[in-house]
Amino acid sequence: MSPSPTSPHATFERQDTLLQVRLSGAWNWSDAAPGMPEEPLWAGLSGVRLTADSLSESDGALLAWLISFSRAASARGLALDTTGLPEGTQRLLALALAVPPRTDHPTDTAPGFFASLGLIALHLWADLPRALRFTGEITQSFARLLIGKARFRRRDLLWLIEANGPRALPISSLISFLVGTILAYMGAVQLAQFGAQIYIADLVAIGMVREIGALMTGVILAGRTGAAYAAQIGTMQVNEEIDAYRTLGLSPIDYLVLPRLIALVLMVPLLTLYAGVVGIGAGMLIATTVFGVGIREYLNETVLALSWAHILIGMFKGTVYGALVAFAGCWRGMECGRSAQAVGEATTSAVVTSILLITVSASVLTIIFQRLGW
Amino acid sequence: MSEVAISIRQLTMAYGDNVIQRDLSFEVQRGDIFVIMGGSGCGKSTLLRHLIGLQAPKAGSVCYGEEDFWAATEAGQDALKRRFGVLFQAGALWSSLTLAENVALPLEEFTALPAAAIREIVSTKLALVGLAGFEHYYPSEISGGMKKRAGLARAMALNPEILFFDEPSAGLDPLSSRRLDELILELRDSLGATVVLVTHELPSIFAVANNSVFLDADSKTMIASGDPKHLAAHGPEAVRNFLSRGESS
Ligand SMILES: Nc1ncnc2c1ncn2[C@@H]1O[C@H](COP(=O)(O)OP(=O)(O)O)[C@@H](O)[C@H]1O
Ligand SMILES: [Mg+2]
Repeated sequence: MSPSPTSPHATFERQDTLLQVRLSGAWNWSDAAPGMPEEPLWAGLSGVRLTADSLSESDGALLAWLISFSRAASARGLALDTTGLPEGTQRLLALALAVPPRTDHPTDTAPGFFASLGLIALHLWADLPRALRFTGEITQSFARLLIGKARFRRRDLLWLIEANGPRALPISSLISFLVGTILAYMGAVQLAQFGAQIYIADLVAIGMVREIGALMTGVILAGRTGAAYAAQIGTMQVNEEIDAYRTLGLSPIDYLVLPRLIALVLMVPLLTLYAGVVGIGAGMLIATTVFGVGIREYLNETVLALSWAHILIGMFKGTVYGALVAFAGCWRGMECGRSAQAVGEATTSAVVTSILLITVSASVLTIIFQRLGW
Repeated sequence: MSEVAISIRQLTMAYGDNVIQRDLSFEVQRGDIFVIMGGSGCGKSTLLRHLIGLQAPKAGSVCYGEEDFWAATEAGQDALKRRFGVLFQAGALWSSLTLAENVALPLEEFTALPAAAIREIVSTKLALVGLAGFEHYYPSEISGGMKKRAGLARAMALNPEILFFDEPSAGLDPLSSRRLDELILELRDSLGATVVLVTHELPSIFAVANNSVFLDADSKTMIASGDPKHLAAHGPEAVRNFLSRGESS
């Protein structure tokens, strides 16, 4: 089977201890390149000579082949005589081989499925001490704030409050309205069987104010604020802004993390309350228009159902979730590496961490309040 | 007046287990303009991070005068940090602050000067780097070269004893780069500052530096130190090659 005249071709021929390599044909990536010489052919050689004959190349396929061939040759301690190759090819090859490839580069092999699972578990475990250390640093920073030593710009704080409070209202309205509607419908379908539609008001009021308003606010903030915090601080890490604080002996926690934490902790109780009110509004709309409950009745029932305990517990939970979101966002941002890709990873990781922390704390808090009988 | 400002002893630097440079030992004298040279990726920025307290050595020490930076307490380290100013590779300006606020922040933190005096100093420092009138710009509103110059103004805010520069002239046009060289000499002569800089610019190396160290990526250690003009003639071959491009131009 002889190759067609245009496909890339290499013949290897031994003349005593010299290996003659003759290259011919049109070399393209679209055609398979010839293989390397068989092992026996290399044995006992003292040199390799490359020659070309009606050779053409358009896209670097020949050069790529020559590079791997010459690596194979030099691995066996053989010198390459390339004077038989076209002038341009010789020069390119010399350029490509001028700097030896790095041999001590870090290995980067993708782990398999189970190994990945194991790695995730190990990562979470390994995260714990760093999370605790970060918590410690924040605590110190708070202490400095209390004795008036930590300083950040009031303007930064106001900007953060605006960005993460009022500006979250539209999305918060939308989600709370939706959840209030769903809650009212789901409840009403059951309650209407007993003619007890009026209790929709209790269901929606307690559900929204005590649990769901806080939870939804937490999840919205995780996607909105947690991600933004990680991206902002991560970008500062990339720009060496954080190093610039450190080399002055200033704490980046004081300047960057503290205002973010404070802004969110101030805003989140209000957002939670707002979510509850919107949810109650949605419930009232459904109850009065679809299930024939009067507006006055509904409002009366709502007021009767809501106790201060429900309201305060809801706001407390919201505050905990908000603080966790701010913590996760700032922490992932501070740990961010020094590339654009690292910022993306920090952002993703901040959202995942926030939601994980919210889930865990929601369960714990619910159990605690249950036990306390509040 | 040979007084040691910084002495580096048997310094080994690594990222995890990946050793970047080992066994570096050299001294920077007071009033030196000291260049860290070497091919890209050999660890110049990493060495600078060790000198300015951002990265702890794997082995060895960095001493300022008699004080071992990495053996000092946190308060001791902070006190040492006050004595130096750093210009990062891309300026590293604080993005939520204007240029004036960037330069003012170290002054507000570490001096008891009244606001009016601080404003004066800030204007002076910005004027020195050719940014008079840009006080109220944010870092996002100026070019890369201007960010660098503003970063320099911030680094000079506290009149530091030692200034560190990472590739100050990279990305500057030849004229600004020349001005920067003059500024560096001026800072040394008028403030008596010691300057440690990483640079590839051969003209500025020969124009300003009187002492240097050359890091080699292959052997992972320093292969020469001393006056670059001397090294250009009598240094090891790799260093002569590196420096000879500047001689002929
Ligand atoms: N954050 C990092 N993590 C791991 N390796 C790094 C990191 N930063 C730099 N390196 C490695 O350290 C070496 C020296 O980097 P650097 O000091 O930036 O070089 P230079 O400034 O001389 O160009 C490079 O090989 C680089 O790959
Ligand atoms: Mg560098």
